[in-house]
Parts: sequence; C-alpha cells; structure tokens
Amino acid sequence: MGRSTVKIAVCIKRVIDMETRFRVAGDGASIDETGAKYDVNDFDSYAIEAALQLREKAGAGEVAIVSLGPVAVQEQIRKALSMGADRGIHLAAEKVPADSLAIARALAAELKTAGFDLVLFGKMSIDSSSQAVGPMVAELLDLPLVTAVSSLTVEGGKGTAGRALEGASETLSFPLPAVLTIDEGMNTPRLPNLKGIMAAKKKPLESRPAQLGETRLSTTRVELPAERPAGRIIGEGVAAVPELIRLLQTEAKVL
Amino acid sequence: MANVLVVAEHRGGDLRKVALEAMSVARSLANAAGGEVHALLAGPAGIADRQVQLAAHGADVVLLAEHPGFTNYNGEALTALVAARASSGGYRAVVISASVHGRDLAPRIAARLGAGYAADAVSVAIDGDRLVARRPINTGKLTATLTIAGAPAVVSLRPGMFPVVEQPRPGRVERIEPVGDPSTSRVVITAVQQGSSAKLDLSEASVIVAGGRGLKAPENFSLAEELAGAFGRAAVGCTRAVSDDGWRPHSDQIGQTGRVVSPDLYIALGISGAVQHLAGMRTSRTIVAINKDREAPIFKVADYGIVGDVLEIVPALIAGVREARKGH
Repeated sequence: MGRSTVKIAVCIKRVIDMETRFRVAGDGASIDETGAKYDVNDFDSYAIEAALQLREKAGAGEVAIVSLGPVAVQEQIRKALSMGADRGIHLAAEKVPADSLAIARALAAELKTAGFDLVLFGKMSIDSSSQAVGPMVAELLDLPLVTAVSSLTVEGGKGTAGRALEGASETLSFPLPAVLTIDEGMNTPRLPNLKGIMAAKKKPLESRPAQLGETRLSTTRVELPAERPAGRIIGEGVAAVPELIRLLQTEAKVL
Repeated sequence: MANVLVVAEHRGGDLRKVALEAMSVARSLANAAGGEVHALLAGPAGIADRQVQLAAHGADVVLLAEHPGFTNYNGEALTALVAARASSGGYRAVVISASVHGRDLAPRIAARLGAGYAADAVSVAIDGDRLVARRPINTGKLTATLTIAGAPAVVSLRPGMFPVVEQPRPGRVERIEPVGDPSTSRVVITAVQQGSSAKLDLSEASVIVAGGRGLKAPENFSLAEELAGAFGRAAVGCTRAVSDDGWRPHSDQIGQTGRVVSPDLYIALGISGAVQHLAGMRTSRTIVAINKDREAPIFKVADYGIVGDVLEIVPALIAGVREARKGH
C-alpha cells in the first residue's frame, strides 16, 4: 500500500476542572473562575488521538488543532501539539459565547476553504455538554456528519463508523470530507512526553480574531441546582428493609 | 407564530417514549402560546398508523412523510424536511428529544434555520417573545437558564424529565413531501444491532437498579437483575468503574460521560456516589442507596439510605418488593 495523505482538523475546548467547587459570579449569570484549573476537554482527547492514529496509518498528512476562546486556550492547543499534532489555530475571542451557533460560525469560517479530509470534535464538552457545535459546523459547511462515533475506519475516501444508541447500536458509512464527533473510550489518548513537549514549543500556532457574528441565545442565569432534601439514612442492615418498603409505598408512592 | 413543531422519534416502527415526552412539552408550549401542536412523523410506509398515538398525546396536526429513506434515522433528509417546515412560518418552537439521534438532529436544524438552540433542557417555557430553557451544566453542579430570542427556537429535552400525558386532539393528517430524495443521503446506516429485546432500555424504565463496585463481583449483578424483575418496568445500570472493568457493557453506564437518566425510582447498590456518577442520576425523583460506608457521598442525595452489606440486604428487599407488588 502506497503512502496516502490525510489532512485532519481537530476542534478542541479548554474546560474548567470538574472537581472545582463551583461558585456563581457576581453577575448571577456566569461562573466565578478565580483560581480554577483547566485542561483539554476529555472527549476532545479521544478526537486528537483518533486524528493522530489516522495520520500515522496514512503515512503522511497533517493534524491541525483549532480552538476558540481567550489567549489562555493556547495552553490547551500546545498540549495537543505536544501529543503530536502539527500546528495550531487560535480563534481569539474574549470568552466562549453561550450560543453554540456563534461558535460554529467562527469555526466554519476558518475551516471552509482549508481542504480538510476530516474535521473531528469530541462528542461533547464536559462543561456545557450541548453536543451542538460539531453538528452545526457540518451543517454550515454542508459536509456529511456522524455524531457519537465509537469506532472508526477510514480508507480510500470513505469511512465506516459505529455508534451506540439507547439499547442498540448502528453502523454508518460516509464519504470524505466529513465531520465526526468522537465518543469517549474509542482509543487511549497518548500522554505528552518530554520530547513532545519540547517539540510543541517550536510548532506553528497562528492566532486571529474569531468571526462570531450575531447570537440568539444567552445565559441569563447560573445557579446552584435546587438542593435535593438532605439525604436520610433510615437504618442499618436487613432490619431496615421493611421501613424502606413502607416509605416507598406511602411516602414516595413508587411501589 | 404560535404553533409548535415536534419531531416524533420512532424505532422499528414504534414511537419511542421520549417522543411522547416531547409531545407533552410541545402541548404545554402551544397552550401557553395559543397555538397548535404539529407532530412531524417521517418513516417508512405504514408509519401513518402511529398518527392515532400522536393525536392521543396532543397533536392537532400530524405532518406525515412516508418514504423508505426514513426507515432508519436519516439525519440529512430529516434536517432538510424539518427545517423546511419550520421555516415555512408560524412556528414558535421546534421540540426534539435529547436522545442520541435527537442530539444529532436538533443542532443541525438550528444551524439550518439560524436559530438559537437549547440542548438537553429540563424545563422549557415561553416568556413573551422569548423561549426560556433550564439545563444542568458542569456535571449537574450548576443549573443554567438560557434565553433564546427569535422564532422558531430549537430545544431538545432531557429524556425522562417530562411526563407522558394523554390529552386527545384531532391529529388531522397532512401529508408532506420529502425535500430532495431521502435515499440519496451521503451518510447511510448500513446495519442496526438491536440490544436484547427482552431488556428494557434505561431511558424507557421508570425504575432503575444500578450497581457499583460494592457488588464485589460481576456475577452479583444477578441480584440487581432480580430486584429489577421484582419491580416490573425496571432496567439495570452501572457505574463507570464497573463498565471500565468489563463487568457490564459500556452502554449500561450511568454518569456524566455515559447515560443520563431520571427515573421515578433509582436504587443505587454498592455505589459510593462519585461526582461523575451523580451527574447522571441526580435528577431522579426518588433515590434509594444501599452502601456499607456511612460516609459515602451517595447518602447525601439519597432520599432513603440503608447502611450495610448489599449482598445481605438486597435479597430481603427483593422479597419485600415481591410481597408489596402481589397482585400486580
């Protein structure tokens, strides 16, 4: 088999560490991020790994990392470069807008004429979990889309993907170029090694303003969820079972 | 601008429970806006039979597109069809379930329409000329309120969060034509592997029994299965630790990165209650936890907790549930 070339863009997001004890900011509509830690969105790591494996299998090509947000997102782009991606594109915006379509428009404007065979996303971001930007980019670029990809093979301008459904699964075929969103567990994302970290420092990383356009959706309030009534331990061991049955019948009315 | 368009999801010729949940939400939005519910049903020949069920659950109009290209989920053709209808005027909102397919479809429709999209909503309301949706963010540690300007707004609904309500309406059938040829979509589903048909899916179950490492061994999940069996309409789920260890299939994993469920009753067996897991089940109506560690975080969200050995307690619970359900 001769060498072929595959050109892949992976769109990634900088996300706050979910172990953070979240506080609502003074405006009541955002998160107080003072002292927070950040990383590459978990799901995006699987997309990066998938791209690197496809490039390695093809024998030649390019993996470009795209991320939108404040200058700090360059830290996450560098991490992806240290895993082995070739170059980075930072779409600068003061903050990541709440409107997924605004984000998608900026990404689509960047990707439109770049000639990528595949545009990969993580299935969702662990913070907002909308699962929206990838499908929207596919739509804006009029490219075939497969979401929640759990297995993938690409050969000769075509791809086959697996996807888990509720109580079933399906196999999909698609032509390239295409947009895919990658589910977790599809591979084992590699960890950057020292050599990779050193090399990443010299890799190209361009920055230009994100073309966000108008937004129709805004976050008007962020709050701690309505607390469930404090947990109640009703007893210990087998002896507590009759009381549980009684409560399920008379109080919760689920039995 | 007062009507609500709802996409009726089906699989294997049957409407999914999430489709009926979406009908309830569409009905209440249409009532608030003083408009009609239009249920869009796209499927193979014969899907028209489902019109009766949609009418019974609040459809004023059933928009029917029968075509073999709609036998399996067809994202491209369905996006074109729904977007064309939604932009034909008169629609305040497009309502879709946040199922795997719904989450593929809804954002595409929003992009096609240039509309605001709120995903995985747990509540939706019309507020003047705006649509307001609430949804959990950051693994459920926070709740965000989103406001969408302009019509139509697109919203997807978290499965299990909304009731299924019988509220008969005329459901008059209006046949609509596919946009383009649905059999020429670029992405094609070439195979569907059904899970065990005897097994109730997590999203359809009103009771979920979930097991964690505290069950000690994969074979002890038979106790969870037996407890689910005692309840009737129940399904068995698990924690990420358990599916990562290969004790249970990945598709059974409940949590932030797995399935997000909201059953009437959630029974956590030997589950400590990591943040990751809580994000997938904290919106359940009633939570029962059985765990040997009194300090386990699961007890903070459990309405009813029992401290002790699950392997001893569950057999007694199975007997108790069977006794209570005698005659069902």
